[in-house]
Amino acid sequence: MIKARVTVTLKNGVLDPQGKAIEGALGSLGFDGVGGIRQGKVFDLELATADRAKAEADLKAMCEKLLANTVIENYTIALA
Amino acid sequence: MKSAVVQLPGLNRDRDMIAALTKISGTAPVTVWQTETDLPDVDLIVIPGGFSYGDYLRCGAIAARMPVMQAIKAKAEAGVKVLGVCNGFQILLEAGLLPGALMRNASLKFVCREVKLEVANAETDFTRAYDKGQIIRCPVAHHDGNFFADAETLAAIEGNGQVVFRYAEGTNPNGSINDIAGVMNAKGNVLGLMPHPENLIEAAHGGSDGRGLFASVLDVIAA
Repeated sequence: MIKARVTVTLKNGVLDPQGKAIEGALGSLGFDGVGGIRQGKVFDLELATADRAKAEADLKAMCEKLLANTVIENYTIALA
Repeated sequence: MKSAVVQLPGLNRDRDMIAALTKISGTAPVTVWQTETDLPDVDLIVIPGGFSYGDYLRCGAIAARMPVMQAIKAKAEAGVKVLGVCNGFQILLEAGLLPGALMRNASLKFVCREVKLEVANAETDFTRAYDKGQIIRCPVAHHDGNFFADAETLAAIEGNGQVVFRYAEGTNPNGSINDIAGVMNAKGNVLGLMPHPENLIEAAHGGSDGRGLFASVLDVIAA
């Protein structure tokens, strides 16, 4: 079995109203000088294979087909 | 006019859409469940609003991968008209039938109110009953209606007249780029919009500004 982590983040230039709101909330908690917050998603997966190349190819297909909306999001794949 | 309304778990505006299509076309639409791949022979397929799959992952993302969507894609390629309202619009974008994406509202709030819409293109099969530049009333109810497209896509859809409806007179409820409320595909047979025209079709609704959209499709099919 291979464990993997997929991270999905908004592309540069895509407005992130949630990130902005989080930034504002941190400011109101007294954390000064925090900027550029972008909210993303993390997926932890377990793949029933020992073939790392296949796992990587499958994960890429999963990102392209479902986990990320590539119109607005980028993704990175990390195998444990 | 023969029409079909798609049903998926979590879609909840299907009954409103069925009522509107029945009242305006005189014929009740057939309903199509998400697992169906053999679609009936209809002139118009409608994906109504709601919260398919609880808006999990991204609004419309899971619904867009259901078997019925492959069948709808094939029908759209064959020229059948497809309309997506609200969550239906989000599903069409996630399925790649329309350009762009819908993000969380800029205010981060769910908005449920009436807006004004400008008919930006009155030469489509969905808007012929309106005049170009006409301002109509229409209700909206959504949390993720903030339309976004990259600069290249935006220039293309603006240039091709694919922007069909815009929020007018400062009523943009969600921060959509260029006040975009509804877009169609390049071929002009697939339209998605966030507002709910099916909820303003008769006196009991307080107005009938939304009726023109369905009447337009009906006229095109009758012609």
